[in-house]
Amino acid sequence: MAKQQLNRREFFSFLTVGWVAFTAATAGLLSLAFRFSYPNVNFEPEMEFLAGGPSEFEAGVDERYKNGFGVWMVKQDGKLFALSNICTHLGCIPSWMPAEKKFKCPCHGSGYYMSGINFEGPAPRPLERYKVSLTPEGKIRVDKTKVYRYEKGEWNNPNSFISV
Amino acid sequence: MSAKGLADKVRDTQVWKSIFRHGPPNNSRNRAAVVAGNVFLHLHPIKLKKSGVQLGYTWCMGGLTFFIFLALTVTGVLLMFYYRPTAEYAFNDIIALREHVPLGIMREIHRWGAHAMVITVWLHMYRVFMTGSYKPPREFNWGVGVILLVLTMLLSFTGYLLPWDQLAIWAITVGSNMAKATPFAGHGGPGAALAQIGDFVMVSDKNDVRFQLLAGRFVGEPALLRFYILHCVFIPLVVGVLIAVHFWRVRKDGGISAPL
Repeated sequence: MAKQQLNRREFFSFLTVGWVAFTAATAGLLSLAFRFSYPNVNFEPEMEFLAGGPSEFEAGVDERYKNGFGVWMVKQDGKLFALSNICTHLGCIPSWMPAEKKFKCPCHGSGYYMSGINFEGPAPRPLERYKVSLTPEGKIRVDKTKVYRYEKGEWNNPNSFISV
Repeated sequence: MSAKGLADKVRDTQVWKSIFRHGPPNNSRNRAAVVAGNVFLHLHPIKLKKSGVQLGYTWCMGGLTFFIFLALTVTGVLLMFYYRPTAEYAFNDIIALREHVPLGIMREIHRWGAHAMVITVWLHMYRVFMTGSYKPPREFNWGVGVILLVLTMLLSFTGYLLPWDQLAIWAITVGSNMAKATPFAGHGGPGAALAQIGDFVMVSDKNDVRFQLLAGRFVGEPALLRFYILHCVFIPLVVGVLIAVHFWRVRKDGGISAPL
């Protein structure tokens, strides 16, 4: 049997193919690992939910949807709006203090009025409000994927509140 | 039989000679062979400068850091026998480590050791900086050291969540919110707003780096599991490899630097 021998040119072309294949396989595996770290399903609360009808809310802060969905329903000055319960300082959850009529964050002491506007502590801006709309059945649909910020003048947007 | 005679007899057995390929370390050649022939010791220089073992010069802070790392590895592995990283069990298992387990002080050793390691790492870095030991030819090892510093702090950060109490959850909430501000890859960071086509937001809280870290939009059970794996497996593995590189480079870059 004839002795098979690679010449220099063939050796380098094999080497090149080998390294390209190895690099591609490594890059492929790394990108799979990256995608693997993002699950397709997670078991967090829905970003959209139905609250009761506007008539179910009394003036002031309603905490019914705070634990489940992270939202305060606030009725104030003829407007009903959904206020985010995430502190704009570093993301803790403030508490509603009924006696002092303010939201107070336990982490670093930021305080907000019932409207969500900050007045004390390190919070740099007011709490965010979420999109609210009425369903044909007269229920309030809260959509947390759309936020309205006071400092951008978005609280005048008709989607950010329901007139009551 | 004299002690020396017994020692010679032991050194002459096949078992001894199969483990130690060199003769007794009573001359320079054999003493060098002790270090060079051992997979653990060979990371270390065969010979040290006199100043390299003077506490006043090195403070032994690198060595202490390594010692604490080993102590943390041992106590950490022991803690893993009792701790389950789920929302249902995590906090109760931490309480059980104190109340139901003999020598529950193991957790306190792990916790205080972790604090001590952060301190010794900083002091080691301070010593290396003040003695100018980061200068060529040791600049690469300084870089490795900086990565080890970051990994030490990430170990602290990921371990902080595991007790699963209010302090842990909110500290990690605040800390992981920093990832939100990552340029381009975090949904609150600079450049994230550019990656928006009409109403379609490309970088959102559902697919940015913070989501990857927490496996969710907030600190929940998936984040606990992810931090547990990072704390107990992933980061220690990387740190172990880099420690080996770090020690080996000390040797290859001319040993511990000497005072001028």
